[in-house]
Amino acid sequence: MRIEYFQLIDRIVDLNLADRKISSEALVPTASTIFEGHFPGYPLMPGVLLIEAMAQTSGWLVVAMNHFQRMPFLAAVKEAKLRTFVKPGELLSIDARLEHDGSGYAIVEAKIRVERKLICDATLTLRVLDFPNAEMEREMRDRAATIGLTVEAPADG
Amino acid sequence: MSSTFETIANIIAETCDIPRDSITPESHAINDLGIDSLDFLDIAFAIDKAFGIKLPLEQWTQEVNDGKATTEQYFVLKNLSARIDELVAAKGA
Repeated sequence: MRIEYFQLIDRIVDLNLADRKISSEALVPTASTIFEGHFPGYPLMPGVLLIEAMAQTSGWLVVAMNHFQRMPFLAAVKEAKLRTFVKPGELLSIDARLEHDGSGYAIVEAKIRVERKLICDATLTLRVLDFPNAEMEREMRDRAATIGLTVEAPADG
Repeated sequence: MSSTFETIANIIAETCDIPRDSITPESHAINDLGIDSLDFLDIAFAIDKAFGIKLPLEQWTQEVNDGKATTEQYFVLKNLSARIDELVAAKGA
């Protein structure tokens, strides 16, 4: 996890397009400037970044489902529950399931566990738009390859 | 069985916290009820689930932006109800 760069997901562990599910892993770094402020003397992974980790995992699922034709952007966070503190060095296991594939949006249920214990969960709304430019699309494809997300070409070429 | 309008009016009332009695078939979801695009995604999700359809929001938006349709055609609730009925009928055809 390169937390300061918002590269929160280390690798895709499983992708099941038929069941519309994805699993990823993310190792919280043992040291980061973020922990200097959150909190001094008691470092914790910020809850907003846990939500971001769920959003990024959900986004990779949506990208995979649309064969990298379009880009998801986080639009709403609902029923978010941050149940337990996450400390530096802990390994996050993140699961997301596509609840609904709408016209220009997606609804995703996401959860994070640490050693099988549920840490947080939320229902996320993602707007699904055309890539704003070729550079972003290329960067996203490169990032996907880095984390092991196999992106298939669309069926119609 | 409730009508399509009744169903979507109830969805809007619940989703956007708008008094049910202020929602009429003539109401424009955007201009009269003040529903913005993000709130309308919640409504679309609830409508999609309730009717087993996929509201073609992107197509509608494109048509409006291209001047091929007016927002009234899709967002006045009696018209939205008619569009939903068409989508449900097309699904069953």
